[in-house]
Amino acid sequence: MSDGSSARVERRSLEDDAFRIVSARDSLVTRLRNLWNRRELLSSLIRSDIRIKYKNSALGIVWSMLTPTLFLAIYWLVFAKFLKNGIPNFVVYLFAGMVVWNMFNTSLSTATGVIVVRSGLVKKVSFPREILALANVGAATFYFFIQVCVFGLYLLVVGHSPDYAYFWLLPLAFLALYFFTAALAIVMSAVTVYMRDMEHFILIILQLWFFMSPIVYSYEHSIAPQLHAHGLAWLYFLNPITLIMLTFQRTFYVSTVVHSTVPTVVGGHVFPLINVLPAWPMSTYFYLDIALLGIMIVVFLFAEVLFGRLQGNFESEL
Amino acid sequence: MSTVIKVEGIAKTFKIHHERHQSLKERLLHPRSGSTEVFDALADINFSVDTNETVGLVGHNGSGKSTLLKCICGVLQPTSGQIRIRGSLAALLELGAGFQPELSGRDNVYLYGSMLGFSKKMVDGIFDSVVDFSEIEQFIDTQVKFYSSGMYVRLAFAVAVNVDPDILVVDEVLAVGDERFQAKCIDRIRTFQDEGRSILFVTHNADQVRAICDRAIVLDGGHMIADGPTHESLRIFREHLMGSAQEHDRSGLLASISIDSLTTPSGAFHVRSGAGMHFDVNITSQSAYSGNFVLEIFTRKGLLVSRSDAKGSPVNLTPGQNVVGVDLPQIPLLDGIYDVNVGIVDPRGNTVIAWREQAASIQVTYDGREGGLVELGASIRQQ
Repeated sequence: MSDGSSARVERRSLEDDAFRIVSARDSLVTRLRNLWNRRELLSSLIRSDIRIKYKNSALGIVWSMLTPTLFLAIYWLVFAKFLKNGIPNFVVYLFAGMVVWNMFNTSLSTATGVIVVRSGLVKKVSFPREILALANVGAATFYFFIQVCVFGLYLLVVGHSPDYAYFWLLPLAFLALYFFTAALAIVMSAVTVYMRDMEHFILIILQLWFFMSPIVYSYEHSIAPQLHAHGLAWLYFLNPITLIMLTFQRTFYVSTVVHSTVPTVVGGHVFPLINVLPAWPMSTYFYLDIALLGIMIVVFLFAEVLFGRLQGNFESEL
Repeated sequence: MSTVIKVEGIAKTFKIHHERHQSLKERLLHPRSGSTEVFDALADINFSVDTNETVGLVGHNGSGKSTLLKCICGVLQPTSGQIRIRGSLAALLELGAGFQPELSGRDNVYLYGSMLGFSKKMVDGIFDSVVDFSEIEQFIDTQVKFYSSGMYVRLAFAVAVNVDPDILVVDEVLAVGDERFQAKCIDRIRTFQDEGRSILFVTHNADQVRAICDRAIVLDGGHMIADGPTHESLRIFREHLMGSAQEHDRSGLLASISIDSLTTPSGAFHVRSGAGMHFDVNITSQSAYSGNFVLEIFTRKGLLVSRSDAKGSPVNLTPGQNVVGVDLPQIPLLDGIYDVNVGIVDPRGNTVIAWREQAASIQVTYDGREGGLVELGASIRQQ
């Protein structure tokens, strides 16, 4: 024994340690506590996720800014220039919606297949499995903050001032977005184990979802009049992303009513104004956001429970 | 001494799909098709492990030992029952399972450490000894995908044994690495034992269990069939192997030969060290068979002292009673009790035809001055 015999240390007594219990079904509280105890694993998985993604690429982390910017340019070209939607300062409007969308989109498209992809790990190492999906959400959150920084820089450069009075609503909206994204991500990652099609299916769903959210068009301008006429406005708000985007757009784009760059002429009358955003007072945004956050936390807890049920049979499916 | 692992009535059943419908289309078209069979991998397992104990978990393939281990490590959830664990646990289930090939060895050490449940600060503290133990210092900043499989495993083992776990769970991983590295691993396991940690060691290699464990648990078909001192459990394990081999033996050869007893002319199994000994092995055979005869002598601690056979000249059994004589012209063993196992194997030595574990125990008395296991009769003088 080279170094062993000298290191005959008196071991810490385990007499006082509490027992950890492994049983058929853990309670939600136990599962959340386990999740919290393994937060360090979560952060190292997030870090390795980010590293791996840009390893061996010349531009590295720049891609996480470049890709959204290019998409932004394309949407701007298509919707503002070719289709002439008339919204002035459209890039700012687009940007506000896109940062929210990118976080959601990146999380779900990566997290959906993650348990299947890392089945080797799932079958060999013990940790709360949802951490894998949460790590993808975490990485997307990191890109989200980078994009928000880029967005901030852009606002400085073009000299567009956001509505600072609304800033304090952003954390609420962001948290709601985080919990919703995390809930969907962990459920989808578990469902994919049983139905491998989900990996492909989710891409179509996300494409559809993109257009069901007010990113490249204005909800207030293009959708609301028709829905209001039938009293169906609530239908659009079933999509939780909508409210989050509206909060971001209200904060950064600011104006609710703007002068169209291409005024519509109907029957000789000129309509120079566009209602881009709902004309709600700040309190409405606050109440809606706080309610949404509450609902999303419940949704997240529900997703945790569902994941707990689904993970019991992972071994026989992976 | 305190209990670190308490396994209470664990059962695990698997659903086996005979027809796998994993795509959405198939699920929709065949919502209930494809028969599923319930397979009991483990049933009613109860035992506990104390600090300072090294417990071997033995069983042949499919006996449920790996499933049990995975339940203890928390990789699998038991279907019923519960396991209580205290202290930190590091599992060497499949070395390097958590490695990310794209990351460097350094990054993977941290990642793997956090997977085993250890903080970054702790990994910082042991990083140098990990690198040192793994012997891949010059490649530590190379991406792991360029590692050889040996380097891969060495790094993973180094992390797991250096993170200072209270309980170490080892699953047949000692088969990796070259001989020198294996010796190093065994050495590290012994250090762990000296430090009073608990080790749970899974293998189907009885020699390794003998070498390392104080206590062994034998699993068969998901049931615990033995839990006791290593040599006791291994005897049951071997007998059980024979029993199940007989069940699967179509020719009926195994059941036709049995080793009845071991006798000495004097009737006693006492011998003075250095003296010789003769014993007769009484064998009943129902048919004529020509095979090889094997003799093993173990210490009570389970160390194999000697394994010898009939050296190419087969024993020819005839129907009825047979006696095989064994001559030990000189037994150089020191004081102690030695267990004798005898058996008949097929001429190529692959299959055990009949086996008798602990057929006799030899009591050796020695009044010389040498210590240890054998008398070498060394003479020491100045030249």
